Amino acid sequence: MISQLVILWTDGLVFLLLLVVILFGIYASRKAHLRGPWRQVARSRVGMGTLVVLSFYLVVALLDSFHYHPILDKAGQEEGATATQSVEVISLFDGLVEGLRERQEKTYSAPLATRLYAKENIELPDGRVVRDFPRLAYGGAHLADPETEWLPDILKLSAVGIIKGLVVSLAVANLLIILLAMRSRRSFGAQGRAVLRGATEIPWKVAFLTLAFMLVLVFWSAELAAKYHLLGTDKVGEDVYYQALKSIRTGLLIGTLTTLVMLPAAILLGIMAGYFRGWVDDVIQYSYTTLNSIPGVLLIAAAILMLQIYMSNHEFDSLVERADLRLLILVIILGVTSWTGLCRLLRGETLKLREMDYVQAATAFGVSNLKIITRHILPNVLHIVLIAVILDFSGLVLAEAVLSYVNIGVDPTMNSWGNMINSARLEMAREPIVWWSLAAAMIFMFSLVLAANLFSDVVRDAFDPRLRGSR
Amino acid sequence: MNDTLLQVKGLKTWLGEGENPVRAVDGVDFEIRRGETFALLGESGCGKSMTALSLMRLLPPSGRIIRGEAFLGETSLFDLAERDMRRERGGRMGMIFQEPMTSLNAVRTIADQIGESVRLHDPENRSDIRSRVIELLKAVGIPDPVRRLDEYPHQLSGGMKQRVMIAMALAGRPELLIADEPTTALDVTIQAQVLALLKDLQHQTGMAVLLITHDLGVVSNVADRVAVMYAGQLIEQATTERFISSPAHPYSQKLFQSLPNSGKRGGRLAVIKGSVPKLTQDFTQCRFVDRCDQSMDICSRSEPVWREHGAGGGVRCHLEDYPGIRIDQPARPDSSETEATRALEEPLIETRDLKIHFPIHKGVFKRVVGHVKAVDGVDISIAPGRTLALVGESGCGKTTVGKGILQLVHPTGGTVKFDGEELSRLKGSALRQLRSQMQIIFQDPVASMNPRMLVGDIIAEGMQAQRIGGTAAGRRGRVLELLAHVGLPADAADLYPNEFSGGQRQRICIARALAVEPRFIVCDEPTSALDVSVQAQILNLLMDLQQEHGISYLFITHNISVVSYLAHEVAVMYLGRIVERGTVEEVLGSPAHPYTQALLSAVPVIDGDSEHEVIRLEGDMPSPANPPTGCHFHPRCPQAFDECRKAYPDSAGLSDTRKVSCFNYRS
Repeated sequence: MISQLVILWTDGLVFLLLLVVILFGIYASRKAHLRGPWRQVARSRVGMGTLVVLSFYLVVALLDSFHYHPILDKAGQEEGATATQSVEVISLFDGLVEGLRERQEKTYSAPLATRLYAKENIELPDGRVVRDFPRLAYGGAHLADPETEWLPDILKLSAVGIIKGLVVSLAVANLLIILLAMRSRRSFGAQGRAVLRGATEIPWKVAFLTLAFMLVLVFWSAELAAKYHLLGTDKVGEDVYYQALKSIRTGLLIGTLTTLVMLPAAILLGIMAGYFRGWVDDVIQYSYTTLNSIPGVLLIAAAILMLQIYMSNHEFDSLVERADLRLLILVIILGVTSWTGLCRLLRGETLKLREMDYVQAATAFGVSNLKIITRHILPNVLHIVLIAVILDFSGLVLAEAVLSYVNIGVDPTMNSWGNMINSARLEMAREPIVWWSLAAAMIFMFSLVLAANLFSDVVRDAFDPRLRGSR
Repeated sequence: MNDTLLQVKGLKTWLGEGENPVRAVDGVDFEIRRGETFALLGESGCGKSMTALSLMRLLPPSGRIIRGEAFLGETSLFDLAERDMRRERGGRMGMIFQEPMTSLNAVRTIADQIGESVRLHDPENRSDIRSRVIELLKAVGIPDPVRRLDEYPHQLSGGMKQRVMIAMALAGRPELLIADEPTTALDVTIQAQVLALLKDLQHQTGMAVLLITHDLGVVSNVADRVAVMYAGQLIEQATTERFISSPAHPYSQKLFQSLPNSGKRGGRLAVIKGSVPKLTQDFTQCRFVDRCDQSMDICSRSEPVWREHGAGGGVRCHLEDYPGIRIDQPARPDSSETEATRALEEPLIETRDLKIHFPIHKGVFKRVVGHVKAVDGVDISIAPGRTLALVGESGCGKTTVGKGILQLVHPTGGTVKFDGEELSRLKGSALRQLRSQMQIIFQDPVASMNPRMLVGDIIAEGMQAQRIGGTAAGRRGRVLELLAHVGLPADAADLYPNEFSGGQRQRICIARALAVEPRFIVCDEPTSALDVSVQAQILNLLMDLQQEHGISYLFITHNISVVSYLAHEVAVMYLGRIVERGTVEEVLGSPAHPYTQALLSAVPVIDGDSEHEVIRLEGDMPSPANPPTGCHFHPRCPQAFDECRKAYPDSAGLSDTRKVSCFNYRS
């Protein structure tokens, strides 16, 4: 089925980041000072709940990061081409929700509607022309008489979806309880009762409830989206639900890859400035104060405009690759503008740490500077890095929306919440109002950012040494 | 009228939830009479502060009072509604805390902060708060109170801030003043001022003072009655005279024996082995049994009960039931031992006119506008196997001298010679090689170890850097050897520093320094963060090491009794310069410089009679950025005359080993 894999720049970086996170996880699990706080995160109810929500977003984003050229079967035959591979690049996620991607309507339609949102001249079989809301090509096309059958059909589909969701989540929960019981060497019943009573160390009950909620939501929307346009369609008739789901990858990528770009600079320069002081400190301080005084938006706008000129002079294999390059540049330029904050924090902390007695003791032993930095300074600022990265994440997701809104964000052909909002701007002025694009982007962005914020609060509380004594 | 002011019965305060709460206060009974000073004495972590906070009902969120009652006069404190309690706090009960730096709000003026107390708790003076504040400032001995009114806390020195805190506590005209380690954060000379002030105020107002402290010297100087707290319980209560002359509980006896002083020179200090038991358990035995060397069978079978021995005193010990077998205090080692004067031997470390100045930068271009003269011309020399104690108040540059010798801070001027080799000119690898010869032990054992490293790695770090010990396995063997040497089990190597108590951590630090086989160690107040019983363990260890390996110490401290116990020579430092130096007998026996005299007299002495005269120094040490002209000490010197204001006195040799910088003495 899948032929020729396409690895886009950002795909490569996402998997590199994943590798880094996994390696860090292995490293952290061996160090008591890093394991402890994470265990505290796992023990927090908010932490577990938001983690489940975030992992759903993550799964979508990762599925959306395997790109390939699909094999043309039907379409290929019609064209009579010899090549069986399309020039188009789609992702694994696109393959999974093929229906959503391909079922285009003519123009706007409201969520779950069966007819278009605008009146059109319809030619009746008898040759008369009436002006009415025409039926949609896909949304509710299976209904003979939408006016009477619509509601029962929606209810039926919802019920089927919810039941499927519940069954699956029950199965998953039981599987997990079996695993837990095996690990703690208890009987299945005892483990199950402990989970239900909330007597386990990690709040599995909360995790299961959130998981069940999310699974029910997934199956319910899958049932409905198969027959209708769950969140309506946009101006060119594309499914808004599909757009919103596709935007997840864009948002997450900007939130995470930017940190990958900014971390090396922030850590290296911050620690160097604090540790060596003197002229090194002066140079680094002046460079980040200078960078900080250029408005970030201006810098980003300049970079993107230059990129546009470059892109118009070059050819790309596909639209996706073109959009991907722009995303990459955006990530880099966001990284360049956002390392200063963390750098400043790390400089301050290093200034404090270098006066600590254990650094002095190491100096008294004649330990080299590089060793002091890697052995004494870096491990002791790692918690700051972690807190900063997780706090920055939601800010960056929102920044993408704002930048795309002013047209210096991701490529207009790329699905992103910013682009959805940007196009919704015009729709808001219509009468009657088209609200679903905006609402869909808001709902998806809101739940991601809220979950990320709550999660980062838990992480910060767990890692902040000043708060550690108070609980 | 009843004579009892505060009565506490069966107080139990637990901290934390869950199955194992910390039983911080576990059944405490005592009474405080009107006008008396009642001292609550104990090691850290024994529940002293928790007792005080329970009385004030100011426990941290995780703490709660499980049982017990407390009566202030007729009022039952634990039955009051919170709003009535608020009137008692700061009203009839005042409290002052250990850390004056953090107890005041930095952005409000003195008048504001004291005025607030007056407004809340002194309705009669509400119309004229300002004059009452002036009156209070006068009462706590702040010079020029009118000018101080509109100043902010950062403009005051530590001693002044503690006075302001006392003034705030006095605003409500308290009947009971709870002082939680009021002088621990202060220098001895300032401590003497504050203790004298508390005593004066008590005479004038007739209030009672609940003094919480770990310092036996403070207790013997100011307290009327003493209660010793151990592991959440009172184990002994007596009048101060009786407590000092014949402590009843083995723990109290040990406390006295473990205090260093000149009488115990050459001998070993008594140590209390182990540390305070964890308070999360249910005790079915005597809490002190593991550390007691007079323990009997019964001690580990049942918990001793409280036995009165008259006059409000009592003790909690099984020995009370078997008076026959009580072991008397071991005789103190006699101090007849004589020391050969070895000061003239070729010195191992020698500094000449050592200067360390820190530039003060100001403005956009960071121009240097002045220098903090932390060390300003210091000459010291230490012979192999000898100990030089460097004594002085905080901020006088003691620590900087130590770091300057080790080249951790680069000297501005002068020379430092180690075994004839000039250190300040050495750079890079040449200096790095010499580093194994000189080591440092820091004051705070918590801060001096990287919390992210295993103890084994911490100790091996120096060997690795100096390429000693060969392979990793060889280093490992040496680490275990060192751990055994400082009295720690071998499995300590695979734990993190936070799993050890303060004393154990300091042992690890000593092991780390020993790993590179140094000939000279700078000990920067190595025991000042530790409890008395633990201090004795560390001092014994340091003495043993000196005898075994012939290590020289530069012992930086402000604790005179430690000096008299282990130092051979003493140098007294004031504002970056050494004002007097000589052998320990010379300097401590007959101090010559007025500053030395004042410093020594300010140290609280435990001798039962508190009649010894304290030379009270006015004010605080001036800033080293802007030292006074002439003799640095003249603004505080009781003997200053005209010449002192004009020039700094040259050092005058009083004997071969002794030098003083004072116009009273001329060579």
